Amino acid sequence: MIDVRHLTKRFGSILAVDAVTFTVPRGEVLGFLGPNGAGKSTTMKMTAGFLTPTGGTALLNGIDVIKDPIAAKQNLGYLPEGAPAYPDMTPRSFLNFCAAARRIDGTKRLAAIDLAVARTNLGRVMDQPIDTLSKGFKRRVGLAQALLHDPQILILDEPTDGLDPTQKHEVRTLIQTLAADKAIIISTHILEEVEAVCTRALVIAGGTIRAEGKPLGNGSWSLGDRRAEPGRLDAAFRAIVEGFNDRAFTPTETSHVA
Amino acid sequence: MLHNIAVVFRRELASYFSSPLAYIFIVVFLVSSGAMTFFASQFLIRGQATLEPFFMLHPWLYLFFLPALSMRLWAEERRTGTIELLLTLPIRTGAAMIGKVFAAWVFTGIALGLTFPLWMTVNYLGTPDNGVILASYIGSLLMAGAYLTMGAFVSAFTKNQVIAFILGVALCFLFTVSGAPLLLELFTGWAPTSVLATLRSFSVLGHFQAVTRGVIDGRDLVYFLSLIAFFLFAGTVVIDRRKAQ
Repeated sequence: MIDVRHLTKRFGSILAVDAVTFTVPRGEVLGFLGPNGAGKSTTMKMTAGFLTPTGGTALLNGIDVIKDPIAAKQNLGYLPEGAPAYPDMTPRSFLNFCAAARRIDGTKRLAAIDLAVARTNLGRVMDQPIDTLSKGFKRRVGLAQALLHDPQILILDEPTDGLDPTQKHEVRTLIQTLAADKAIIISTHILEEVEAVCTRALVIAGGTIRAEGKPLGNGSWSLGDRRAEPGRLDAAFRAIVEGFNDRAFTPTETSHVA
Repeated sequence: MLHNIAVVFRRELASYFSSPLAYIFIVVFLVSSGAMTFFASQFLIRGQATLEPFFMLHPWLYLFFLPALSMRLWAEERRTGTIELLLTLPIRTGAAMIGKVFAAWVFTGIALGLTFPLWMTVNYLGTPDNGVILASYIGSLLMAGAYLTMGAFVSAFTKNQVIAFILGVALCFLFTVSGAPLLLELFTGWAPTSVLATLRSFSVLGHFQAVTRGVIDGRDLVYFLSLIAFFLFAGTVVIDRRKAQ
């Protein structure tokens, strides 16, 4: 359902994403792993049709995000990095705005908002300005917005960042419940999250895919040509990204960008 | 398209009134336009039943007030990151641009409409030409639209509202003074008259003054509307070209 083809993004002299290609079929939860500045967010921004790629494209449900962005975005629920939302609005007015933009009207809108609010446990802050909410609630407002129209495709950039352990668990459970009939991409820094919710993982570093990971059953994973016992994914991950940490932000490379 | 413009418009207009900004803006605008009309422009001493001194202030008042309204239109979206959310909704960038500018325009229209006590005052004191006053109000609103669109255009470049404000004032200033005698004199004598004529025809001031004489000429209308259309388009291109900062 998500078909990413040779996505490339160049910022000045920096090649942030270099010909990344992968597909995500229905029912799969793909985890993006990688150090900061690896190109995870940039790849997600391009797949979601926000950033225009330097080369390549992405198909959402068969629709090209560059050629027909409006139709492609109708199938997509997207949680941008940092879960931005209009600070002066309340979750209620914000979700109403998103529903209106997606042409969900009348009783359908009420039902859609009720469901998204129930799924993300937002009920008791619905009429508080988003500005005054805790980081965890802000993240859940972003999630509610992404789930509102029950999209076929979900792209969630760090969906559990800033949540406490209980909330993290709730969001992971939610992703698992949604997974059956959707194609989902999440990015994360937390390797146990990959083990908990993902059915596949891609390690991205220095703008390209360095390794692919798969569960082998009984809790262990293969990552590249390595094998990780349950709960031991981080050693394999560190070995793969060795030398790529913050690669995009070394002084020699950023000196050309002003 | 129209539906999406309306959705963005409603959100933007509501956001003005969700903070004290709207009320502060309206009060300061009314006080300064009223005070300057009565004191600086000697509204009463003239002994004429006309709102001309009031309208002659508008280009200069708008020069500072309207960039303050338009500076946040895109800069704020960039700063808070909501631009990423807005542009991954099934909304075209152009629709978002039009909705935003239209909200700021309607808001300015509300502030302008609230100057009606001045109109009542001249009608109480004498018998002004209300046709001229109506045309002037329309001209003022058209001019406001042009200033706001220019402000929205520069706001599209940056996530810093102060920069958006200063560049907005600068751009509006250019379009205001391009017809002023001070600037034209610099060119008189050596530049071909066609250059002078072009400069003058680009001036907001000249077209606005033409309207305040009571006739809304087709050329003035086309001037303001094409200025608005051009900067709406240019602003949309800027957003589409540089979405990430």
